[in-house]
Amino acid sequence: MSGDVNRDSNRSGAFVVSEGRRKMQKAARTAGESILLLIASFVAIVVLFIFYFVAVDAVPYFQQRGFAEFFTSSNWYPAGDPGEFGALAIIYGTGMVTLGSALLAVPMGIAAAVCLSDILPFSVRQYAKPVIEMLAAIPSVAFGFFALVILAPLLQTSGGPMLMWVWWILAGPFLLLAVIVGSDLLTAGIEEPVRRKRYATMLQVLFTLLAFLVLYVVGSQLNGMQILTGTNALNVSIILSFMALPTIVSVAEDSLQSVGRELREGSYALGATRAETLVKTVLPAASSGILAAVILGIMRSLGETMVVWMASGNSSHIPDPWYNYLEAVRTLTATIAGDMGEADQVTGSARYHVLFAMGLLLLVISFISNLISERIVVRQRKILSGQ
Amino acid sequence: MKLFSKILMGAAVFGMMASGDASAAGKIVMDGSTTVGPIAKSFAAYFTRTTGTDVTVSESGSGNGAKSIINSTCDIANMSRAMKTNEIAAAKAKGVNPVEHVVALDGMAIVVNPSNRVKNLTKKQIRDIYSGKITNWNQVGGPTAEIVKIQRESNSGTQDTFKSLVMGKEAPISKRAETQASNGAVKSRVASTPSAIGFLGLGFVDGSVKAVSVEGVAPTVVSVKDGTYPISRPLFMYTNGQPKGAVKQFIELNQTPEGMRMISELGFVNQ
Repeated sequence: MSGDVNRDSNRSGAFVVSEGRRKMQKAARTAGESILLLIASFVAIVVLFIFYFVAVDAVPYFQQRGFAEFFTSSNWYPAGDPGEFGALAIIYGTGMVTLGSALLAVPMGIAAAVCLSDILPFSVRQYAKPVIEMLAAIPSVAFGFFALVILAPLLQTSGGPMLMWVWWILAGPFLLLAVIVGSDLLTAGIEEPVRRKRYATMLQVLFTLLAFLVLYVVGSQLNGMQILTGTNALNVSIILSFMALPTIVSVAEDSLQSVGRELREGSYALGATRAETLVKTVLPAASSGILAAVILGIMRSLGETMVVWMASGNSSHIPDPWYNYLEAVRTLTATIAGDMGEADQVTGSARYHVLFAMGLLLLVISFISNLISERIVVRQRKILSGQ
Repeated sequence: MKLFSKILMGAAVFGMMASGDASAAGKIVMDGSTTVGPIAKSFAAYFTRTTGTDVTVSESGSGNGAKSIINSTCDIANMSRAMKTNEIAAAKAKGVNPVEHVVALDGMAIVVNPSNRVKNLTKKQIRDIYSGKITNWNQVGGPTAEIVKIQRESNSGTQDTFKSLVMGKEAPISKRAETQASNGAVKSRVASTPSAIGFLGLGFVDGSVKAVSVEGVAPTVVSVKDGTYPISRPLFMYTNGQPKGAVKQFIELNQTPEGMRMISELGFVNQ
């Protein structure tokens, strides 16, 4: 017993720290904290510096040439004498591939996130998520190689049939749903049940025939289509959507997870089915997180350089017609990468500064979208914590 | 202790990087054209084997080669075009005196997909294709298919040479022309695209693409050497001042039998 008491007193003695030691601990803490602060502010300062130095080199371009040519002309002849610096087609190309990749990646990404968080059992999710996230670890130049060497020739040789199958797979179920819902809606006004049912059946048959006709006609049109060049906006959009997917899936899945059991169980308790719970409760509750995921994914494809440089074809004209994804386009990032080597020779010329103007434009766009997604995340956090 | 040794190692590596002087004795640094690259690399391998001198070769385009010699970050700049007056001026301003050496001759091959039945084009037809006046192969005796034009980035010497030898001043290359970053990328695009046309250094032509005759003359070693092939050019190596020592030995490799053999094996033409 007495030994125990002794040990206890020894232990409490350990808390009594000498004056000198306390001072040293305090000094160490202050030093540690200030180092951390220094590192944190260093990161912030780096961002500001990048902004500053890009802007400093971008301003002379606008001073020399004004704003009109850059934003309204699509004549991009930087090596000409005198050079022409119309970036409209290039800005358009950037918008085009970013939009295209978003159209592909957002539905796929959200669907995959929902599947991961609410449908797959935990044991599968444990493996599926890291595999999807591994997509982010593939170097972009490897994606570019795939796009240039495999996807581009494939689009040229069998692009038409591929597009036909994609159309059938995507539009088929959608049209079927539209037939059922449409005929139900149109006959909803009829009071008498027998007549209503008869009319509904007739309409369904009619609509089904119509739907098949549409499927077939558009499908055969696509099937007969010859894609002239495989390095085009479609190719890049497909590859960029794969590169944006891991970001979208990962962030969206996290926000779906953070919705919590209470909401889901509350919904089930009120008699909602699993689908209703997903669509009406979980998705709206996670909507701002999903939106942030979408913006992050879009920024990923906006800033990507290597893939678009290799696979977009780099021709600086607005496609004809304007929505033609099967033509080559050129983007801001690829132009900066491609023209920098030569432009450096004549430092100080418009040709050099115009690339910084493009860089500034990209920075501003991504800065704004980052700000928006930040806002959205903060809002969601407030909603979820019930404030 | 472990951390300390790590820091020490980091510092050592950093120090080595900082002191990596390009013109250090016993080492030759080359930068520039992707067209001259193959010559430079086989010369380098041979040179290192015979003299023990290390040679590093970077291929970043003629424009970047000029930049490197202006900034003294290389000993020899490989270029597939002559230095421009503004580049020479920039070099002089930095105290660099670029001296030109012609290492070999190169014919620029106009290549199409092997499935294309077009065998001959005139210089005017090529110019009209690239400026967008001719848009379909059936206008030059080929199949009915829209022409996919492939060019190089603006920092490419091949692009510069093509513009000056074929396009001339008044006809800009069409905005619809696609752009690829290297001879290899152009070749792979032409090889996989049935209706494509592109231009390559003669040394890059292989069975995957078909080089057409220009003005009735096929691009061969003989026709480039005797000057009958209309699109040919000299390939350059630039040094700062007259070369001395190992650099001089390296530059003069193209006059040795071994150097001449390497040049013709690569598909280029000895002077």
